[in-house]
Amino acid sequence: MALKTFGNKDTRSGFGEGLRLLGETNPDVVALCADLTGSLKMDAFQKNHPDRFFQIGIAEANMIGIAAGMTIGGKIPFTGTFANFSTSRVYDQIRQSVAYSRKNVKICASHAGLTLGEDGATHQVLEDIGMMRMLPNMTVVVPADYNQTLQATLAIAAWDGPVYLRFGRPSVPIFTPEDAVFKIGKADLLVQGTDVTIIACGHMVWKALEAQVQLAEKGISAEVINMHTIKPLDTEAILSSVAKTGCVVTAEEHMMNGGLGDAVAQVLSKSSPAPQEFVAVNDTFGESGTPNELLKKYHLETTDIVLAAERVLTRKN
Amino acid sequence: MADLQAIATQVRRDIVRMVHAVSSGHPGGSLGCADFFTFMYAERLRVNANQFTMEGMNEDLFFLSNGHISPVWYSILSRSGFFPVSELATFRKISSRLQGHPSVDKNLPGIRMASGSLGQGLSVAIGAATTKTMNADQSMVYCLMGDGELQEGQVWEAAMYAGSKGISNLIGIIDYNNRQIDGDVSDVMGIMPLEDKWKAFGWDVYHMDGHSYDNMREVFATIDSNKSNRMPKMIIMKTEMGKGVDFMMGTHKWHGSAPNDEQLATALAQLPETLGDY
Repeated sequence: MALKTFGNKDTRSGFGEGLRLLGETNPDVVALCADLTGSLKMDAFQKNHPDRFFQIGIAEANMIGIAAGMTIGGKIPFTGTFANFSTSRVYDQIRQSVAYSRKNVKICASHAGLTLGEDGATHQVLEDIGMMRMLPNMTVVVPADYNQTLQATLAIAAWDGPVYLRFGRPSVPIFTPEDAVFKIGKADLLVQGTDVTIIACGHMVWKALEAQVQLAEKGISAEVINMHTIKPLDTEAILSSVAKTGCVVTAEEHMMNGGLGDAVAQVLSKSSPAPQEFVAVNDTFGESGTPNELLKKYHLETTDIVLAAERVLTRKN
Repeated sequence: MADLQAIATQVRRDIVRMVHAVSSGHPGGSLGCADFFTFMYAERLRVNANQFTMEGMNEDLFFLSNGHISPVWYSILSRSGFFPVSELATFRKISSRLQGHPSVDKNLPGIRMASGSLGQGLSVAIGAATTKTMNADQSMVYCLMGDGELQEGQVWEAAMYAGSKGISNLIGIIDYNNRQIDGDVSDVMGIMPLEDKWKAFGWDVYHMDGHSYDNMREVFATIDSNKSNRMPKMIIMKTEMGKGVDFMMGTHKWHGSAPNDEQLATALAQLPETLGDY
């Protein structure tokens, strides 16, 4: 069975297009960038709305503070920089001035994970989902492809409260239909299956779909869920799927500690314990390399999901 | 409202009583800023105490970046009518809206941003000032910082931005008492030359005596007359930590310690009740 795609594109361009559309439709939306306008694909918004675009310079802490302040008086600020500089560099600013202060700031983060590639570990944040989902009042959204990132960008503007939106650099297959409805906190059940549940987010959703095809060829029926919202987590989607399959594989371009896998494990352990395997980076920093070399070396390939599914099946009662 | 001196004296009484009641909090800087807060809320700020809104449209906004001097802010807010004076008795107690450091978590009127982790307020004030400009709102944004707080790097990111972009509806105030927890600011890590630093970052800099209402009126009148220069304004405000309680002055020791029963009695003897205790 061939998987259907609508071409390939980077998720950050989905963000850029979503922001451009918001510029036309929502006069309260303002955008702030810390010297990475091109990388974040914020150029169109900047060009169309120079009065609502704020170049902050290389000063991310100040950017988060300014964004928090801008909400007072009704603006909806979207901040843009790399994921590492959107989170670990400014964690206390987000914690005090955004999350604790319940400010309607949208923290938009590109170049997340290993697929940033050659820049290496200083820029390859693998802890951001964990950091952000730990913060009270914070919503964490990790869309899977261009179309979904575009829809997610529109959705977070309408969502009242702080949001972390994570996307990436490489060109990846588009499988979400253009007109698909995106609902924060409501997972997408992409493929129904009966033997094992695969829950993935971000770039790993496509690989989960590929893994499902390979598993089917081996006679294993996998259910695939796109968990695009890590917080609030769609616990109902997890529990109802695992009630059917009895085991789960989680897949994310993130550290094993603190990410999607942990979030799923917490849900299962509280109400319906089930064997789980984690496809994630195992407590190590990344390094320079091409995105594909990195995914291979750090075990985030389609094959790794297939192997994890086979392993978890052996642990089922 | 009663005369400024009477308000400030009552605010000082409130401060020492509040920190004494919970054996914690920061009386030194609070006492040092009592005259300034009194002047701001009684004369300067155009705010609506009875109908507080987070948005603060067409009102002046005040941000306290050095959130640890929350006692002085809570006292003047309540004495100005933002919330009942009786609520001062809940300061730092469980489930109170008067958190140790200012918070919006429990919707205390008068407060729009949490502070306590230092160095963040000026950035927030810039953001609020920018939104006011976008909304064609002519009112001003104020941000008070501690002098020790200037050791935080984010302050200088904000300073560079506001100077470079000409955020002219913003007035910063530095509580220059030269004291911080570990000693004199000049010993811990010097911040001089203060005026030259802010000037170099593109700010219009003023000096003010934080214990003279006449001088405060004069400095703000000068600032108002210089509004057209399109620069952010910074006031270096000289204050005395612990002002009004003799044994708390001349030392950094009362930055973050509360008086015991005997010390409270000594302090209150120097601060006659003027507006009625909470």
